[in-house]
Amino acid sequence: MRATTAQQDLIRGIWRENPVLVQLLGLCPALAVTNTVANGLAMSIATFFVMLGSSIFVSLLRKYIPGEVRISAYILIIATFVTLVDLLLAAIVPEIHRALGAFIALIVVNCMILSRQEAFAARRTVGRSILDATGTGIGFTIAMVMLSGIREVLGNGTFLGYSVLGPHFEPWIIMILPPGGFFTLGVLMLVLAWWTQRKVRRPQPRQWRHQVVIRETAVAGGGD
Amino acid sequence: MSATMQDANVHAGAGANGGDAPQPRPQVSAFRLIATLGVAGAVAGGLIVTVFQWAEPRILHHQAQAIAQAVDEVLQGPDRTETLFVWDGALVAAPPAGVDTLQLDRVWAGYDGSGNRVGFAIIGGEAGFQDIILVMFGYDPVTSRLMGMRILDSKETPGLGDKIFKDEVFVDQFRTAQVPMVPTKPGAGTGDPREVDTITGATISARTVINIINNRIARMTPLLETVGGGP
Repeated sequence: MRATTAQQDLIRGIWRENPVLVQLLGLCPALAVTNTVANGLAMSIATFFVMLGSSIFVSLLRKYIPGEVRISAYILIIATFVTLVDLLLAAIVPEIHRALGAFIALIVVNCMILSRQEAFAARRTVGRSILDATGTGIGFTIAMVMLSGIREVLGNGTFLGYSVLGPHFEPWIIMILPPGGFFTLGVLMLVLAWWTQRKVRRPQPRQWRHQVVIRETAVAGGGD
Repeated sequence: MSATMQDANVHAGAGANGGDAPQPRPQVSAFRLIATLGVAGAVAGGLIVTVFQWAEPRILHHQAQAIAQAVDEVLQGPDRTETLFVWDGALVAAPPAGVDTLQLDRVWAGYDGSGNRVGFAIIGGEAGFQDIILVMFGYDPVTSRLMGMRILDSKETPGLGDKIFKDEVFVDQFRTAQVPMVPTKPGAGTGDPREVDTITGATISARTVINIINNRIARMTPLLETVGGGP
């Protein structure tokens, strides 16, 4: 396993290895509940709580869980935290709980969480696992807010319920329907890929031009 | 141990030694595997039960609060309400001792300041376009008119089907409509008090709301007649 620093563990999942936009994990909730920013944020917080709790427990118990039953044990730990989140949301914020509906229960099968347990928490210390879960959780939240922000603004003319495009704006209903989720995710990934490619290509033309200038100078000098 | 399990152990051993020759990991007994999952399950169960005991009264309180607000709205702010339970083919205020009232069908009777009954709040639900639509409505059996309607639960399409609770013009029709209601194309009504305009683009959802109320009243009318204390 490649050695990483604590700082890398924290910041890696935020953008460079963003779980939704780069690793394409956890797409079911990312597409399903991002029709409003409030729903996207609530789902992010719920997922973050489950991932953090699961990472701590998986890391703590990693030496006691036999490899043969590790996946079953991870699912059990994740399912426990999801049930706790479900009950706590219903007891504390019933409106949000009703809006998220069945998607809270489906956090159990969010491959983003299971992948962090299997790939990281099961092999690292509790402290490093907390950093990894925090970074991945922040990355997931950023992706969810970007998706839900675009969809709510265009599909409803509001951001977090506040009108931003005025009373004359005709909402693009399709943006808050399922196709709008796929469309927004596709555009975001396209922009991200374009940005990454642009950064990779940028230094190459400079080196080439520099070499050309040197050659031209040499040729010109020879001619004189 | 199966061949697949042995392969898994070989891979795990190779990873742990960082590229050395693969060495099989010691075999774990079946008892330890069962015990691990058993203990984990027991701890998880205990944790869930503890949180459930803390959360349940709060969840029930929120549900009761939401119902009370809806009853107040659909009965247009009565001075007093009384919960009635469907028991043995009649509506009773207090079912026999030992019966779990949470499992019984309920209606709420509303009374004005003089003690006259103003109507009943009734809950009904049927499948809409996406999922079950749950409706509470106020009904006055004396005049056969509705007093109000509120959607308690709906997953209808945002921007289209959700107009059944966001479109005030549609919702306001249920404050005066006479039953049985007749769904009508918007703008094509003849002035009959039984006509309720549906919603363009959300016809199925709007018709479902009308059908829920019509069907529920047809079923509940014999029971409502068993209640005394009316005006």
